[in-house]
Amino acid sequence: MENLEFYILLLFVIVGALVAVETKNLLSAVICIGAAGFGGSLMFLFLRAPDIAITQIVVEVLALVILIRVTISRDKTFISGDWELVGVIFSVGFLLIIFLAGIKVFDSLPEFGSPSFVANSELQDTASQHYIEHGVNDTGAANIVTSVILDYRAYDTLGEATVLFTSIVGAVIILRKHSRTPLEIGS
Amino acid sequence: MKGMTVIVKTISSWVKMLVFLFGIYIILFGHITPGGGFAGGVILACSYVLIMLAFGREYAEENLSLKLASKLDCTGALIFIGIALIGFLYGGFSFFYNFIQQEYLADKDTAFHLISAGTIPLSNIAIGLKVGASLFLVLLLLSAFRLGESPEKEN
Repeated sequence: MENLEFYILLLFVIVGALVAVETKNLLSAVICIGAAGFGGSLMFLFLRAPDIAITQIVVEVLALVILIRVTISRDKTFISGDWELVGVIFSVGFLLIIFLAGIKVFDSLPEFGSPSFVANSELQDTASQHYIEHGVNDTGAANIVTSVILDYRAYDTLGEATVLFTSIVGAVIILRKHSRTPLEIGS
Repeated sequence: MKGMTVIVKTISSWVKMLVFLFGIYIILFGHITPGGGFAGGVILACSYVLIMLAFGREYAEENLSLKLASKLDCTGALIFIGIALIGFLYGGFSFFYNFIQQEYLADKDTAFHLISAGTIPLSNIAIGLKVGASLFLVLLLLSAFRLGESPEKEN
């Protein structure tokens, strides 16, 4: 069985996510999410996507720090309550449907590890083929991912930056200490 | 929160510059090696988060205040849009036209050099500035925010 390490990592990520959902302690749930995220970044490395792996690992570190910081200061909420039968049946049914759809989707993907964009002769004229062949000459950047992000598809990156900017503005507005005009409640 | 023990403070005062330098490296070499503006910006924010966790929020806010961080955030966004607009005016009214590469570096074989790829490193620097400042801003706000203290009570 080839790619055994990859499947062990996959199992590790799944177990980490399940423990994070099931555990009662908030702090250990946060740590389990972090472990699952680090396993995910290792899986990106196995799939030869170092750019995504670096971004995943640094975002994971920062998100983990933020979540632990938030959790420790207010670790008072515990999940309690009984299981409701109808809700459980509905969620299991939905999960089953999504699982079956996922099997369909994975069937249509190219085989694991095969460089579909280079070897496939049907895709000779597509955009990705053009990027691989002419990327260095067109943009001068040795990293093809960067040349796509910041040259061919720079407009998308502008959209991403705008989304980030908008979310920061929202956070600043919600979390600021003093409102400019005092709220009048109940008047 | 006044910070952690002496051990943590000493180690983080050594490590913080290395983390910062690594972030700058990831940003500057984004067009040659894996990485780029987003990843490097998050690493820059991580170095300030380290300072904040070790020395407390007040110390980190002395180094990089809330106002300066928001100004850096806006500066990064404006530089990025400015690069796009210069390309728009320079060649053929196409947004994000890589004018430095196409006009001045097209004949020279500059791939794998640090100074290559025209506007791509400049865009990386702008995005790194923006992402780092904005993530630091979010963490600063989240650490200043306490549940149960409504803003109206303080006024």
